[in-house]
Amino acid sequence: MKKKFLSFFIVLVFSFIFVIFFRGLQDSNKYTPNIESKNNIPSFNTKNFYSDLSTNSSNIFESDKIYLLNIWSSWCVPCRQEHPLLVNLKKEGKINIIGMNYKDNKKNAEEFLEKLGNPYNEIFVDLDGTIAIELGAYGVPESFLIYNNKIIKKYIGPLNKKLINEMKKTIK
Amino acid sequence: MKNLRIILIIFLIFPMNHLEANEKDKLNKITKNLRCLICQGQSVYDSDSEFANSLKILVSKKLGEGFTEDQIYNYLKDKYGDWILYDPELNKNTYILWLLPILLFLIGGAIIYKNYIVRK
Repeated sequence: MKKKFLSFFIVLVFSFIFVIFFRGLQDSNKYTPNIESKNNIPSFNTKNFYSDLSTNSSNIFESDKIYLLNIWSSWCVPCRQEHPLLVNLKKEGKINIIGMNYKDNKKNAEEFLEKLGNPYNEIFVDLDGTIAIELGAYGVPESFLIYNNKIIKKYIGPLNKKLINEMKKTIK
Repeated sequence: MKNLRIILIIFLIFPMNHLEANEKDKLNKITKNLRCLICQGQSVYDSDSEFANSLKILVSKKLGEGFTEDQIYNYLKDKYGDWILYDPELNKNTYILWLLPILLFLIGGAIIYKNYIVRK
């Protein structure tokens, strides 16, 4: 009786562990950040890229408008890839594109914009990367869709045509 | 008189050093418990990536503003989720993680008790 109980118990424990590990196999082993968020954009102080004047985030993002906040840097190679897409998006004129220059040298950034075009309605700077952290960003490039001072969607990594089309549908 | 003055100076400087060190200790403690999200198995404290460096600056800024350790954890959890903390909290996703060792310990103890102690 005792032996029967013990073997039953062992089988039970092993099947319990098996179920846990088996379920673990189904999960992706890559960490995927949550891209759907309803977080409010934090209030932060920053400087305008061209004029060097201090502003607050509330002056940049008005409510009732859709913004695409793009974090970019001249030293970031994937940013060069996505830049023509942003220039095209700007030409269509449906969305305000705000640039955030991340940990960059001003001269290099200006050269970057001269060479590849400037799709941004407004650019502000983040010299030490803390604004990016406050926004919940991981690095460059990264884009946020902002409406009514809320981040509706995050695009981590460079944008591509598929994501741009998806974005256009969301805007409508 | 001279000795007294030296002692006074030492007394004035010493607590300030202590304060500075406290702040740094706290910063190190917090950043050691934060996961560098873009690295492979490194804490923010260990990493030298752009993300980790910015986070270190932010945490020291927040400490300067008078945030407590828990407030900083909550603030970052709000932005990046539970994953940023190395020390996960007990909630519905992590209860197995916390309770399984205790359960196994109790079961093991029960087996040992039954087999060795009761038998004697």
